[in-house]
Amino acid sequence: MEKSLKKYFPIFVLPTLIAFTIAFLVPFILGIFLSFTEFTTVTDATWVGLKNYARIFEDGEFVNALWFTVRFAVVSVISINVFAFLLALLLTRGLKGTNLFRTVFFMPNLIGGIVLGYIWILILNGILAKWGVTITYDPKYGFWGLVILMNWQLIGYMMIIYIAGIQSVPDTLIEAAKIDGATPGRILRSITIPMVMPSITICMFLTISNSFKLFDQNLALTAGAPANKTAMMALDIYSTFYGRVGWEGVGQAKAVVFFIIVALISLPQVLTTRNKEVES
Amino acid sequence: MDNQIQSKSLRVVLTTLCSVLAIIFIYPVFIVLMNSFKGKLYISDAPFEMVTVDNFVGFENYISGMEKIGFLKAFGFSLWITVASVLAIVVFTSMTAWYITRIKTKLSQILYYMFVFSMIVPFQMVMFTMTKTANMLHLDNPIGIILIYLGFGAGLSVFMFCGFVKSIPIDVEEASVIDGCNALQTFRYTVFPMLKPIITTVAILNAMWIWNDYLLPYLLIGTDYKTIPIAIQYLKGGYGSIDMGAMMAMLVLAIVPIIIFYLCCQKHIIKGVAVGAVKG
Repeated sequence: MEKSLKKYFPIFVLPTLIAFTIAFLVPFILGIFLSFTEFTTVTDATWVGLKNYARIFEDGEFVNALWFTVRFAVVSVISINVFAFLLALLLTRGLKGTNLFRTVFFMPNLIGGIVLGYIWILILNGILAKWGVTITYDPKYGFWGLVILMNWQLIGYMMIIYIAGIQSVPDTLIEAAKIDGATPGRILRSITIPMVMPSITICMFLTISNSFKLFDQNLALTAGAPANKTAMMALDIYSTFYGRVGWEGVGQAKAVVFFIIVALISLPQVLTTRNKEVES
Repeated sequence: MDNQIQSKSLRVVLTTLCSVLAIIFIYPVFIVLMNSFKGKLYISDAPFEMVTVDNFVGFENYISGMEKIGFLKAFGFSLWITVASVLAIVVFTSMTAWYITRIKTKLSQILYYMFVFSMIVPFQMVMFTMTKTANMLHLDNPIGIILIYLGFGAGLSVFMFCGFVKSIPIDVEEASVIDGCNALQTFRYTVFPMLKPIITTVAILNAMWIWNDYLLPYLLIGTDYKTIPIAIQYLKGGYGSIDMGAMMAMLVLAIVPIIIFYLCCQKHIIKGVAVGAVKG
């Protein structure tokens, strides 16, 4: 079969490959190249070596965005995973209405980032109005606003993954533990958690990389206000590119650094799931 | 699952807890819905106040919002771009994935790893260069963007299809070749029908991403053609002045189609998202 199939390369692979080359391959290589140049558009680039990379740290904005993103990622990863795991435990106990609850908790995940941002502007500003301030008044309001938003969006998603993990724990194990007189706490600690470890790993990676790549929600909720103090990395790169003339090269250099950080975070997960078959 | 809770009073407590949480999860959407029927001056001041005779304005916000951002047009663009891109992705990437899985050459290997690699690259890395490349090739219109989505979505989709193709037996394909089918017919009548479960997953993941995507269409076609997220962001205007009435109404209109879609194919969506997560 291989021989007869081989000559069909232009039909089977070429369309995808052309699109992939235009949308990803060329822009990616060009992006690396441009990070070493000064330019306003692709055709007028002049080589400047590592100057752009040095200029990243000229003002504190990128470091500030990086620090904000790291803090945000740590808080979100912990809170989202703890809540999602607890919900998953709750919804695997055969309670009435389990399916309805699952549907409701997952729903926010389908709403787009921009829409989410404006929903939460209304709610958060409504609450903060009691103290006569708005969300852009102080960076810490923006920070916690984003954390709450992210929790609302991702808890249901992670819950689904945890539920799948918990349901795959064999009944016989739990049965045996009960006969041996294990308490529910002991069963959770010694059976459930070790058995759902793969799900925990997946959820950790997913929440970390989602936190690092967050853009739409950040743009809609605070747009970096006040004074770019709540801008995360993706937003900072965007405003360096499109908000400051003469900084395009620096923007591209920041994007390369951002790419390396995100790649280091998501690489282990892609590698570990690479060869596994889809069970569906 | 055998760790169902036996004690009746505990079950009641936990069900109540779940109900309270579900209400908290729905509450933000409910508040937006309620405010969409209030006069715009009543919204920022007291967002949590119920609709009363004094502040009720009927569908005024919906009418003014739809006029302001051309909602129907935005809906049309979003729908066209999402449907066309998802179709293109499903058809072309499944063909590519089958080809590079069945034909084991160096080139197939290299292509596979390039697709996998593209999955870990954040959009900001290629944001500027991709827009410029697309401009130069005159792909900055509602037709050209389909090609860009095919190229940028190819990574995850090829990866997921490859995983699935590996698990289907090659004998069936060989039988159809012996029966006189050429490669295209074999794919169309033998392979494609077998891919059905993974097609649903790939289609749903891509549809959710493309429907909610903001930055790519904004940079590429945003000035001339507004999709729903772009239209909503556009409502914000300069210096944070927002017509809250129109905003609330448009948020409701943006959420309603998603919720209808969700309720219609909930099972597929939840399963698709869970499988997609496992695959990175």
